[in-house]
Amino acid sequence: MEIKRRDFLKVAAAGGAALAAAAHPALAREPKTRIKDAVGFLYDSTVCTGCKACVSACKQYNEMPASFSTPQDPLWDNPLDTDSKTYNIIKLFKDGTGAAKDREKDGHAYVKRQCMHCVDPSCVSACPVSALTKDPVSGIVSYSKSACIGCRYCQLACPYNIPKFEYEKAFPQIRKCELCSHRLKKGEIPACAEFCPTGATVFGKVEDLLVEAKKRLQYKAGSSQVYPVERLGGKATAERIVTPYVQKVYGEKDGGGTQILYLAGIPFEKLGLPKLEERSDAHRSETIQHTIYKGMIAPVVFLGGLLYVVHKNTKDHK
Amino acid sequence: MKNKELEVVSRQLGVSRRDFIKFCSVVATGMGLPLGTGAQIAEAVTNAAKRPPVIWLSAQECTGCTESLLRATHPTLEHLILDLISLDYHETLSTPSGKQAEEAREASIKANKGKFILVVDGAIPVKDNGIYCMIGGRTALDILKDTAKDAFAIIAMGSCSSWGGLPAADPNPTGATPVQKILTDAGIKTPVVSIPGCPPNPYNFLSTVLYFVTFKKLPELDDKARPKFAYGRLIHENCERRPHFDAGRFATEFGDDNHRKGYCLYKLGCKGPETHANCPSILFGDTGSGTWPVGTGHPCFGCTEQGVGFHKPLFSRASLHLVTPPDTYPHTQEQQGKGATIAGVAVAAAAAGAAFAAVSKVANKLGEDEKGKK
Repeated sequence: MEIKRRDFLKVAAAGGAALAAAAHPALAREPKTRIKDAVGFLYDSTVCTGCKACVSACKQYNEMPASFSTPQDPLWDNPLDTDSKTYNIIKLFKDGTGAAKDREKDGHAYVKRQCMHCVDPSCVSACPVSALTKDPVSGIVSYSKSACIGCRYCQLACPYNIPKFEYEKAFPQIRKCELCSHRLKKGEIPACAEFCPTGATVFGKVEDLLVEAKKRLQYKAGSSQVYPVERLGGKATAERIVTPYVQKVYGEKDGGGTQILYLAGIPFEKLGLPKLEERSDAHRSETIQHTIYKGMIAPVVFLGGLLYVVHKNTKDHK
Repeated sequence: MKNKELEVVSRQLGVSRRDFIKFCSVVATGMGLPLGTGAQIAEAVTNAAKRPPVIWLSAQECTGCTESLLRATHPTLEHLILDLISLDYHETLSTPSGKQAEEAREASIKANKGKFILVVDGAIPVKDNGIYCMIGGRTALDILKDTAKDAFAIIAMGSCSSWGGLPAADPNPTGATPVQKILTDAGIKTPVVSIPGCPPNPYNFLSTVLYFVTFKKLPELDDKARPKFAYGRLIHENCERRPHFDAGRFATEFGDDNHRKGYCLYKLGCKGPETHANCPSILFGDTGSGTWPVGTGHPCFGCTEQGVGFHKPLFSRASLHLVTPPDTYPHTQEQQGKGATIAGVAVAAAAAGAAFAAVSKVANKLGEDEKGKK
């Protein structure tokens, strides 16, 4: 069997033309917007004192065992990052002597890491079997073990490195923060927010949290302000002297927006929060994929071209 | 030290010799001194000739500091305090009063110029020339300035004399001022030791005095002139409820389930995280474990800390003070080892090559030797 150079180019050109005709910008899917009643946290790094009460409360109320980063000496529950037994962790940024809080040079700052419950989650987009779903009311990204096939695409897709796989188990699952949905059902708030003594993590509706965050950015450093504790609009409050903020609410637009919002006194990249575009990864990849497979036209044309080549070249053998 | 002397003192104090030595050792340990210091203290106390004269002035105060001192019960302390120091003037405890008492004070100052210890409890009002506190027709301000310049050292007993305390609470109508500030403003350089607290723990006062009697100098002080042995650490650091704080277990209301379980009182406004004192370690009133404010279920009020007690609202949340955080936290960017550099590899390879050459040369020689023998 021989394919003439001329024939090959002809087929290739025909397929390419079909693909080009199918690729039309109108096919891009609409960017996802915030769900009106979505819930989340506002985490204020300048208020956090690194006491880790949220870490232990999270473990207690999600019934997770201790996690050791020192296998030879398993004494302390000291995970280095979120893992299959740790949904929530406090990390430290430290530079030089680390003497002053919320200072970039020779200072330190804390950051709380957990699932960001993205407006347009990459994990949900990447999951081939819809084991990960975004709740249409609360916006919580939750996981169903009965649907999961263990492909771990969600792990690769997540820009925050959150879904974690139980490598050590015979029947492993993906583990991540589900915003204590079991507690929300009972009318309680997520454990990390309830047990935060300072009000660094407050629970509430995301749109209210966004208003609160922007209000804090307007506070004058050094002035005394009342901060909500545990939940927005609850009765617990704490008065505190405002320290300077970086004029940005992380999660407002980053990566298409998240339901966990951050405020900090030092740049967010230093706290390990990735610099993301306003367009979500899921939006980009789905636009490309949906364009290629729109109405199955391009694949059919491409396959047809291939069949034609095969047919043409096998005709003589009959 | 002679046993005879000890026995005399023991009889005087109404305690056994054993109990007396034990007491001195406990005081020494409380200050973080070596155990042998207990014997030194005992010797200093037994030698009556070394008893330092003490003048105790009171200004805007409630006598709580004196009451607190009277309630120290390690071997009958009221005896000890009277025999350990020569208390020449004290408004509450003096037998004489009025003119006689004032005369006794003046006589003592004259006789012990530059040698006596001056204890001041209460803040000094300075507004309107200090007319809001008058003793024997003189203002407390006047008496303090007069007495302070002749003293060897001054002990500011209680929060009022340390930093204004209750009388200095907003709006401070009498202009209540701490002792240290008055002396600095008046240019008097007599050293001041602060024993803050409302009331201060009597053992912190007693330990400071015993240290002075034994070593003839003042104990190590922090930047706010507080003895480090007593005020070197935050209440939060040694609190028996600290594990509850770390585990995020808080009482949220007085009398709620968590409060009954003895959980951390931070959310009720405990000032332990910003207050320096040894309350959780040495407790109050000698009545057993748990007898201090937090132990009884009430949040720390911050009485020993400047700008906290009487200044911050009682049930507002404290700001947490942490010096540099420990390295046990996971970092936002974990340190990673770098791969081998070309130069590094070259050096390692050269070293390995040299070692190989040397070994093979030795091996060759061995082989030759073997051959030679054969």
